[in-house]
Amino acid sequence: MKKDEDIETNLSGNAENREPDSGATAEAREKWYKRFRKGITTSTAEKKETPEGLWSKCPECNYICTTTELKENLFVCPKCNYHHRIGSDEYYEILFDNNEYIELFSNIRSKDFLGFTDLKPYQKRLDEIHAKTDLKDSMRVAVGKILGSEMVVACMDFEFIGGSLGSVMGEKFSRAVDYAIERQLPYMVISKSGGARMMESAFSLMQLAKTSGKLSQLSDAGLPYISLLTDPTFGGISASFGMLGDLNIAEPGALIGFAGPRVIKETIKKDLPEGFQRSEFLLDHGFLDFIIDRKALKERLKQVMVLFQN
Amino acid sequence: MPQYPNRQFLDFEQPIKDLYEQIDQTKKMAEKNPKIDYTSNIQQLESLIVEKRREITANLTPWQRVQLSRHPDRPYTVKYIDKMTTSFLELHGDRNVRDDKAMVGGFAQLDGETVMFIGQQKGINTKTRQLRNFGMANPEGYRKALRLMKLAEKFNKPIVTLIDTPGAYPGLEAEERGQGEAIARNIYEMVRLKVPVICVIIGEGASGGALGIGVGDRVLMMENTWYTVISPESCSSILWRSWDKKEIAAEQLRLTATDMKGFGLVDEIVPEPIGGAHWDYTEAAAILKKHIIKTLNEIKPFSAEQRVNQRIRKFSKMGFWDEVVD
Ligand SMILES: [Zn+2]
Repeated sequence: MKKDEDIETNLSGNAENREPDSGATAEAREKWYKRFRKGITTSTAEKKETPEGLWSKCPECNYICTTTELKENLFVCPKCNYHHRIGSDEYYEILFDNNEYIELFSNIRSKDFLGFTDLKPYQKRLDEIHAKTDLKDSMRVAVGKILGSEMVVACMDFEFIGGSLGSVMGEKFSRAVDYAIERQLPYMVISKSGGARMMESAFSLMQLAKTSGKLSQLSDAGLPYISLLTDPTFGGISASFGMLGDLNIAEPGALIGFAGPRVIKETIKKDLPEGFQRSEFLLDHGFLDFIIDRKALKERLKQVMVLFQN
Repeated sequence: MPQYPNRQFLDFEQPIKDLYEQIDQTKKMAEKNPKIDYTSNIQQLESLIVEKRREITANLTPWQRVQLSRHPDRPYTVKYIDKMTTSFLELHGDRNVRDDKAMVGGFAQLDGETVMFIGQQKGINTKTRQLRNFGMANPEGYRKALRLMKLAEKFNKPIVTLIDTPGAYPGLEAEERGQGEAIARNIYEMVRLKVPVICVIIGEGASGGALGIGVGDRVLMMENTWYTVISPESCSSILWRSWDKKEIAAEQLRLTATDMKGFGLVDEIVPEPIGGAHWDYTEAAAILKKHIIKTLNEIKPFSAEQRVNQRIRKFSKMGFWDEVVD
């Protein structure tokens, strides 16, 4: 079984956000993750030169396969169906026909308006991530066709400060809603986040109200809003647009909640039951419409669109 | 309101306690020496106390401001309702799970007009603190609040929320019953309320637990309160990996009323009695009442549609970002 993960730690931006590996040290997990990312992003030609990047071990069942095999399986473990954490690039490739889509509002960037410094100045943290990855922030927005149906899809990148909700995510979300209303398109958000971006303090909190207000406009326009929750989704996301879908759906086994498991454990001073805050638990308690395997997602979205529109 | 010697003093309020002790000693001397008149000495000490209260609150660090917001003698929601209104009729329950004692609400008459008051409630002793769950509501508390807001909307009555919470309760049952969904639903529905909504931070404004009753036409903050996305203690533990940086976290978070007003995230600061609301409940409530009535009169003229649109615009403006040329 997987070791308990401290969801909040990801929000510090200090940890590389990695797959929790049973029993592995932080360093080993970090190395693993870098290899895993590399496996996803490097071309086949380069992969041959870096054979160490070719293998991936499932954090759930320890099954080892090549990253190519994993990718062909949409980053779902062929043995135990564990859904690996993937980013917006991967989701867009899985969802959009022929991987064709237009990215929107990519020119909106975070800035350190408050001059926030924890172990590092926020601006420095942002600059370092920008230098290290292609990601501009924790959410991207794109429009494209899913089995022929056009849709606006916002997707979080957990790698970027734990997918944290800050001003940029709020603003991109808002503009995505405006865009969907203008073109009468359905809107989907793929959430994967530890919660609010603390370095933006109260501004990050206010994004909950900002995004919810925009959803109210989307609703008045009669357009569908689908909230797809993936592992993990916590804090401000579940306390706003994450739980406000016309349909709330989730990938199997995803950890989803308001408070993180560590905080709850410390509060109630008891161990948490098996399966607590997993997708299946949320479905049982009435907070999800259904759980959907990544491999069936595209077909299911098409079905939803047909049911909504015809 | 507790009077000395039942008053509690924070560490930085110690000089005030010393002055009270001096008054005690002076009174004892007066008993021993009935021929000498100590009245002026005592009066002088009493005015020194007021001066000290002023001096201390004039130079508070953000962390001290947080401490003041949690002062054990500070007035809580029901106290303000009692002092500001007449004919308070408390209403209970979310009609689903139970009555959450951490969230209170009901109709009352404010200056001759019926208003729905809703707020988190903290306890004043060990027993009531537990009963009120330290002002940390469960999902049913947020759902009760929403039920009361919809009730107010149905009868076209304005809503005033009084916010004072260290956060929504992070418990097992809270998660089972959808703490996230409950707060999300409230935020969403509050945006759409057709009646005037005023939200006031009267103590602690911690994160989603506060915002769950915090979306309104106007948001006011009392002078010695804080409002942000996380408590300084939790922020310290996550970002600094230590529980010892709460003072620095409080500074970095810019969580005081002055900061929040400066950022345009709240609309107005409500002054408190000299030294803080815990020195004079009646005065604190009178000042707050004046501000609520004034604000209500400002927002009443709008139509329901204008109100909702303005609310969406108000929160849409919040945030900071750069736009680069790709
Ligand atoms: Zn596996």
